[in-house]
Amino acid sequence: MRGRFLGLLAMVALLCAACGESTPAAATSSTLSGSITVFAAASLTAGFKAVTSKFHHAHSGTTIDFNFAGSPTLVAQIQQGATGDVFASADLPNMQKLVDAGLVEGAPTVFARNKLAIVVAPGNPKRITGLADLGRQGLVVVLCGPTVPCGRYGAQALANAGVKVAPASLETDVKSVVSKVALGEADAGIVYVTDIKAAGTTVTGVPIPDGQNVVASYPITVLKGTRNSPLAKAFIGYLLSTDGQNALASFGFTSP
Amino acid sequence: MLPLIGLLLRAPWSTAWHELTSTEALLALRLSFVASLSATGLALIFGVPLAWIYARSTFPGRNVLRALTVLPMVLPPVVGGVALLFAFGRRGILGQWLDQAFGIHLPFTTAGAIIAETFVAMPFLIITVEAGLNSMDRRFEDAARTLGARPWTVLWRVTLPLVRPSLVAGAILCWARALGEFGATITFAGNFPGRTQTMPLAVYLALETNPDAAIVLSLVLLAVSLAVLIGLRDRWLGAS
Repeated sequence: MRGRFLGLLAMVALLCAACGESTPAAATSSTLSGSITVFAAASLTAGFKAVTSKFHHAHSGTTIDFNFAGSPTLVAQIQQGATGDVFASADLPNMQKLVDAGLVEGAPTVFARNKLAIVVAPGNPKRITGLADLGRQGLVVVLCGPTVPCGRYGAQALANAGVKVAPASLETDVKSVVSKVALGEADAGIVYVTDIKAAGTTVTGVPIPDGQNVVASYPITVLKGTRNSPLAKAFIGYLLSTDGQNALASFGFTSP
Repeated sequence: MLPLIGLLLRAPWSTAWHELTSTEALLALRLSFVASLSATGLALIFGVPLAWIYARSTFPGRNVLRALTVLPMVLPPVVGGVALLFAFGRRGILGQWLDQAFGIHLPFTTAGAIIAETFVAMPFLIITVEAGLNSMDRRFEDAARTLGARPWTVLWRVTLPLVRPSLVAGAILCWARALGEFGATITFAGNFPGRTQTMPLAVYLALETNPDAAIVLSLVLLAVSLAVLIGLRDRWLGAS
């Protein structure tokens, strides 16, 4: 019994040693260490992973963990006390919620922009040429829900084009829309240009002309209560650097 | 206990009724009851014969088949939803044929939500009824048969009445599980208010826009679950 207790103590001690690593030991020295957790909009998944692998080359010994989800989900998680270091939103209103709640450190910076496109099955078998086709009878269209940025942007684009759509489903994040089309359950959806690029050959994209399109701005900021502010700031700095912007550009994002 | 207390403490009692009678909440409530009751009905139609086969017959591969039937109990519901897409989706094994032959398209429909709930909840009915069949005194059936009763008469007049407590308990467990179903539903049936947005989906979405509504809806689910558990306990106590 006693041995087991000691073992438990040792385990707790080890765990504490592990969490100690993430406290800002780097604050005094110039080298970065430890880990941060980045809460990022689902549409950033592929881009951020690529940026991170480049960031690791420059700063080995650091760990960057991600929590990808729809922006409002992330906001709700942070408001309920989830611990994270950086938040990247797919729109300004969701970021503003955290700014208003006093949960961020400093002003958010826009680090990337994105545009919408229509996602269809590979080869576009339904011959969809633009937003107007989405109103067609018998076409199964899925959109993002009204709470997620892509849903709001999508509704705006449809309004710009003067098209009324009866969606089959309102998905909770943009990746679910892509997967419903990739699986063949839906004929078309409105997603970001970057999602179509990230999905590779499983789907095809149909561009939306600039006159109807909506530009999505992605703000990023350090979260209040971060335990590794130097690394969090360095990560954001890297995203804004030429290297970071180039990495994002290869996924279809444009510079702010 | 603590999470439940947290929910009760945060509940917006003054606006609870208002939140509950909002259109979205009412749509979700109605859909949830329709879908979960239909799922329970389907589970009774398909689950009881299966339970009977598993309890009463031996054939090669019975154990494997039985394990496969109750697999959804341990399968992550989202995986279940994807599996359902591969079976009943537009490009699924059966779904493809349903689409071509009858133009039936299950994903994104209430029928799809019902199928997702049945898939996840039916095992609860099967194992409860099977346990009931295994533990009943089979001499009553033998007696009925020796008195000249036909198999159907034995089933309707002797077997089913004897396992009634497990039938009821199984159906209620199945219904409660169907009511709480989230993962398979959102994956297979999608999310659309009034069509496939059941209570758990509405709670998940409301958490992001209107936490008060989410809490009120959660409390309704909580009250239902509590009532089910209390009801079942009385039944079990009454039976012993």
